[in-house]
Amino acid sequence: MLGFLKRPIVLTTDINVNVVVLTGVGLLSRLWRLTYPRAVVFDEVYYGQYISFYMKRVFFLDDSGPPFGHMLLALGGYLGGFDGNFVWNRIGAEYSSNVPVWSLRLLPALAGAFSVPMAYQIVSELHFSHCAAMGAALLMLIENALITQSRLMLLESVLIFFNLLAVLSFLKFSNCQKHSPFCLSWWFWLALTGVSCSCAVGIKYMGVFTYLLVLSVAAVHAWHLIGDRTLSNVGAVSASACMAVSVCVFCHLLARAVALLVVPAVLYVLFFYVHLILLYRSGPHDQIMSSAFQASLEGGLSRITQGQPLEVAFGSQVTLKNVFGKPLPCWLHSHQNTYPMIYENGRGSSHQQQVTCYPFKDVNNWWIIKDPGRHQLVVSSPPRPVRHGDVVQLVHGMTTRFLNTHDVAAPLTPHSQEVSCYVDYNISMPAQNLWRLEIVNRESDTDVWKTILSEVRFVHVNTSAILKLSGAHLPDWGFRQLEVVGEKLPRGYHGSTAWNVEEHRYGQSQEQKERELELHSPTQVDFSRNLSFMARFSELQWRMLTLRSDDSEHKYSSTPLEWVTLDTNIAYWLHPRSSAQIHLLGNVVIWASGGLATAVYTLLFLWYLLRRRRQICDLPEDAWQRWVLAGAVCAGGWAVNYLPFFLMEKTLFLYHYLPALSFQILLLPVVLQHVNDHLCRSQLQRNLLSALVVAWCSSACHVSNALRPLTYGDKELSPDELKALRWKNSWDILIRKH
Amino acid sequence: MLCATGRLLAATTLPAPPRGRGSAPRCRRRELHFPGHSEQPFCDFLAGRLTRPSVLRARRVILRRGRMPPATGGGLTGSELRARRGRCGPQTARPASRDVAAEAAAPSPKRSAVSSQRLEAAGRWALLALVTLLSFATRFHRLEEPRHICWDETHFGKMGSYYINRTFFFDVHPPLGKMLIGLAGYLSGYDGTFLFQKPGDKYEHHSYMGMRGFCAFLGSWLIPFAYLTVLDLSKSLPAALLTAALLTFDTGCLTLSQYILLDPILMFFIMAAMLSMVKYNSCADRPFSAPWWFWLTLTGISLAGALGVKFVGLFIILQVGLNTISDLWHLLGDLSLSLVTVGKHLTARILCLIVLPLALYMATFAIHFMVLNKSGPGDGFFSSAFQSRLSGNNLHNASVPEHLAYGSVITVKNFRMAIGYLHSHRHLYPEGIGARQQQVTTYLHKDYNNLWIIKKHNTNSDPLDPSFPVEFVRHGDIIRLEHKETSRNLHSHYHEAPLTRKHYQVTGYGINGTGDSNDFWRIEVVNRKFGNRIKVLRSRIRFIHLVTGCVLGSSGKVLPRWGWEQLEVTCTPYLKETLNSIWNVEDHINPKLPNISLDVLQPSFPEILLESHMVMIRGNNGLKPKDNEFTSKPWHWPINYQGLRFSGINDTDFRVYLLGNPVVWWLNLLSIALYLLSGSVLAIAMQRGAQLPAEVEGLSQVLLRGGGQVLLGWMLHYFPFFLMGRILYFHHYFPAMLFSSMLTGILWDTLLRLCAWSVASSRLARSIHVVGVLSLLLGTAYSFYLFHPLAYGMVGPLAQDPQSPMAGLRWLESWDF
Repeated sequence: MLGFLKRPIVLTTDINVNVVVLTGVGLLSRLWRLTYPRAVVFDEVYYGQYISFYMKRVFFLDDSGPPFGHMLLALGGYLGGFDGNFVWNRIGAEYSSNVPVWSLRLLPALAGAFSVPMAYQIVSELHFSHCAAMGAALLMLIENALITQSRLMLLESVLIFFNLLAVLSFLKFSNCQKHSPFCLSWWFWLALTGVSCSCAVGIKYMGVFTYLLVLSVAAVHAWHLIGDRTLSNVGAVSASACMAVSVCVFCHLLARAVALLVVPAVLYVLFFYVHLILLYRSGPHDQIMSSAFQASLEGGLSRITQGQPLEVAFGSQVTLKNVFGKPLPCWLHSHQNTYPMIYENGRGSSHQQQVTCYPFKDVNNWWIIKDPGRHQLVVSSPPRPVRHGDVVQLVHGMTTRFLNTHDVAAPLTPHSQEVSCYVDYNISMPAQNLWRLEIVNRESDTDVWKTILSEVRFVHVNTSAILKLSGAHLPDWGFRQLEVVGEKLPRGYHGSTAWNVEEHRYGQSQEQKERELELHSPTQVDFSRNLSFMARFSELQWRMLTLRSDDSEHKYSSTPLEWVTLDTNIAYWLHPRSSAQIHLLGNVVIWASGGLATAVYTLLFLWYLLRRRRQICDLPEDAWQRWVLAGAVCAGGWAVNYLPFFLMEKTLFLYHYLPALSFQILLLPVVLQHVNDHLCRSQLQRNLLSALVVAWCSSACHVSNALRPLTYGDKELSPDELKALRWKNSWDILIRKH
Repeated sequence: MLCATGRLLAATTLPAPPRGRGSAPRCRRRELHFPGHSEQPFCDFLAGRLTRPSVLRARRVILRRGRMPPATGGGLTGSELRARRGRCGPQTARPASRDVAAEAAAPSPKRSAVSSQRLEAAGRWALLALVTLLSFATRFHRLEEPRHICWDETHFGKMGSYYINRTFFFDVHPPLGKMLIGLAGYLSGYDGTFLFQKPGDKYEHHSYMGMRGFCAFLGSWLIPFAYLTVLDLSKSLPAALLTAALLTFDTGCLTLSQYILLDPILMFFIMAAMLSMVKYNSCADRPFSAPWWFWLTLTGISLAGALGVKFVGLFIILQVGLNTISDLWHLLGDLSLSLVTVGKHLTARILCLIVLPLALYMATFAIHFMVLNKSGPGDGFFSSAFQSRLSGNNLHNASVPEHLAYGSVITVKNFRMAIGYLHSHRHLYPEGIGARQQQVTTYLHKDYNNLWIIKKHNTNSDPLDPSFPVEFVRHGDIIRLEHKETSRNLHSHYHEAPLTRKHYQVTGYGINGTGDSNDFWRIEVVNRKFGNRIKVLRSRIRFIHLVTGCVLGSSGKVLPRWGWEQLEVTCTPYLKETLNSIWNVEDHINPKLPNISLDVLQPSFPEILLESHMVMIRGNNGLKPKDNEFTSKPWHWPINYQGLRFSGINDTDFRVYLLGNPVVWWLNLLSIALYLLSGSVLAIAMQRGAQLPAEVEGLSQVLLRGGGQVLLGWMLHYFPFFLMGRILYFHHYFPAMLFSSMLTGILWDTLLRLCAWSVASSRLARSIHVVGVLSLLLGTAYSFYLFHPLAYGMVGPLAQDPQSPMAGLRWLESWDF
């Protein structure tokens, strides 16, 4: 039993010096003078805000991606002891002393540094030679754009890190699959694949592309696995053996499904869980969220709504917020002023009191829910709750007029009905102030109208018009508030016809004077309620996906076609006094040869494919398999990370190309080795190729070195030197005029 | 091994294609044998003879799938065939002998087989005729109702009238569909005088039935096409019948076919392309034969037709393209074919599927431009050069002064297509949006407010005073543009533009031409030297604001209602040269200068073609949904979430409501799910190398191949809509719905056969299939009876009203009829 004690404990490690050295150089290149410049560089101004929000635990909404990336950056801030007190408002602003620049920038830099040895490992896991692998790592190391991007508080380098990690661990896993499935390292690499995929997705939605690539390669492998008859033991005759085989295949599939589908999904939700746990205070983006969500944050709306009664009863005083909230979140509102008798275009109105939607809190937003059958405006005891289908009247709190609509064209939307608060000076037009309440998100037809939670529609009893926010701004006579109309032709459910109660209290005073005082005072009764995590998660996710940010043009925005040829750059930072500057600018040699390699790979692949179809095998089977897998990972990785941008309508920047570029860099040595191994027929040709490769490598190094001042921004350059660096007319290099 | 009975050996024929009557080529069929089929009573009557066993073919199929033919598998198939035939022989003989026995006392077996086969052929023809007849009957029933414009008839009828009147117009779709509508109207005696102003207008004495009849005629062919496609894919009459019934009894298809719309025309071409593609696939064993060429050419023609009606036709092109690629891939892998033969195949496809459709497509445009030679409402969308071709346009045969001079009255047009003329009007920017000065926009239509006077920046004297000499404007001059109607200067300043926040606002400023230094612009000609004169129409000019250094441009964004939904004009600080900031001078009035003719500008046909496509694409992209407006989402469609009102709102109106027959649509939805499930189970079983019985093998081939093709069609016609940013409507789903109905037909027939097969008892098995198919047929027919008022129109209380006869049929709250 204790046999293991009889032998000495021996640890054998084999250290790949290549990897160690590459990691060292990678760290050196990314960490060198990391705190320079001690100023806000380009998009740091954007991510920095979110770091501050995390430090202050203030809720925010960023539609650019899930929160994991922001959280990682914030982790740096947390470890560096950042208190979040810095105003991120201007690129180039000097950091104050409380900002731990080094630790904030450390994480992206580490991610960038580790990409270098990972490139080495990926190429060698693809079963290409060490030379090729070293080549890939070298290119990754000297690529100026990658260096720039990973030395700042930006997310691309972390995204690239997880992309590469996902690919690497998948390759390790599928290599394990060949000799020892279900061993410990098999499980480890499989799980790591899933984890890193979800991390990539959690940083930016772009990570989905790499995730899909890994998934589809895994699916193809699994499909072969299903068809693999060696797993089914050709000699198996008995039913039980057959069964065992099927179970084995099933286990394989199940393990993959769990690791590549379930684990990422769970992790993804987990990111949001942590995000919502961390950010519990209300903040500047509250307005975008629903009332229920806002009420779940500390401060802000919850301070007002805390302790409100849940069920709306006859006699309740409420403010009604539009659910859709576009163009602005607003509350149903009325005021003393009436509609103008005649509009600008000559149409007439009812000249009754205006009803609008007002984007600010105001005492005129209060309405009282009245039972048409009773005269009292107070809540009876016990309170009689309002249910789905009940007919109610809405009384404006400050003017005690009834919400009314009638067959008069609305001021700006003439095909809808005007909504007014009824003034009885026009006898020919009787009051039509009965509304039937419909709870949109009810569970049964007897549901009670609940504060904040219920979305309700008001259907006019006489004309069956629905109270709706039209979204148009009224002219001066309506104080530029938003128009509210009665929609005669409701076409299905739309958020602009739904309203929810935000502030609510039971009305106590029967006298108008008292009631006005009551309306001015804040709500009181104690009551607390919280939204479940899943409800908050799904709302947050939905808002992130549907939030349409203003597609603003940017000076440095570019189109995908300009990326391949590197026709564009981004000026990240300029020293306030000298001409030292940082640019996102790629290594021209690498970009050009990367494009070339992709083209060569595609052509060669098609050529081989067509020839194989005619049973002419130029490559031995294992070389062909290797060639296909390398293409699927590298060229495929480039394609999935690049081509979708042609379909996107948002503002694009050069840095969006970097993930695709990192895959293209992996492809370069693969193609070169293939040319060397299979296309060069004589030793002479091989020597020639090697010479060419050496020349090419040194030119890449030379270019990298030449562009180094723009990458690190550490050197002042004279205007002439700067002009000399402007290799393309389209490059925007900043030259100071004196 | 192949000892088939005489009846099965007899060459079988397919019903001829609907269009090539009489002279239709006959395809001899050699297909996989699906023994399950011959067992059915339906098949005894009709379908059993559609198949003919051929193991040779089966082997080839297996080879094509890239697997070695397993030695046992082939033998097994053969033995199974024999066994089955032995079992079902007596059964199949029974009905045949019953038929024949009545006529002849003792016919020889061979003659009886021949005559019974004739009978079956006649039966098949009769069935096809019945399907076609029913389809025509339902589509033409009450076609004239309602006698007013319904929904989009207002557009397409109007465009038909434009063709008859030969006035130029602009639409976001290619011209073929509207041309055909125009032609139908012309042939049926419609004179193009009806205005087609808005839905609900009465036609009165105008003849509109020709156009509606034409659309209904094309719409009626959808059903026979679907029938034949499914018949060819599944080799099973019940499946085809089921598909035909689903489509005939779908109220949505029916409604959409009855009005002057592009959709029936589009769907006609899509289904024609699908049918001819399937037919030509089944001719694959006799390449380069006459039917092969016929179907291949027909595919190409239908593709051109589909693309010529709407750009949605691209999806069917994609499908045919994928099919062709896989086809060529198989041919390439067939080592018995020489490379020359493969090359021939490739060339034939390039000719028929690329060159021919392209030529036809361009021909439709050529006809379009030839027919429409008068100026009309679409002029402003096109460039100045283009307009000079249109008679009635002020650029047609026009002569204008060649060089721009001070004092000229000009219109300035943006170089980017479909942006329009620089425009201003007496309305001010609303409060909160920059300075409250006069709006400057771009406007696509010709208007007096597009006129500007070009003046020197520093003098306000009238340059048209005859005592002054003519002074030309030169590249690099500093000028002022005065709006002719309001006498305000084109002005810009450091306020943000209304929509594009990073640009500066452009306004009209000053009184009677007196403003400030923010009104000065430097006029520059792109790629010219300083000091050159500026040519009308041909010079590409930029206006650079002197004070801020920004460039006058139009962002192409639509202003909200305060700006009358014209396009935004901004001054962009980014000096990158884009088409948005390049302008040309179009109209030019200066009495002091001699005029030259503009005929030199006439663009060539390729230029016109390119330009009209650019304008169409921009037009399509411009159809964006607005906030606060209910829009139809793609996920609404397959669940039949909401219909479209074609006509009528109130209970006194004649109401037509475009809504799919919910029974059909929900069955389709269920079928897609079932298909994915059963398809993947079968695919995995086959990949695992499970030894399937021959019947199941045959049925699963039908399901995976035939069903797969149709499923691909559904996906290609549905999923791209999720990516589209433009405004979408419910009727966009109907091409996909056709495919989904075909899938339903194939799926249920196959599933019922599989069910029947798994039940051992033959009597029970037979009845399962018959009862299943019949109940589906009757169910759809009955649901059609319930829902037919939606399509044929109804008057009376709305369905919310419990008294309405439709009250019980409002199954979803979102339906409002």
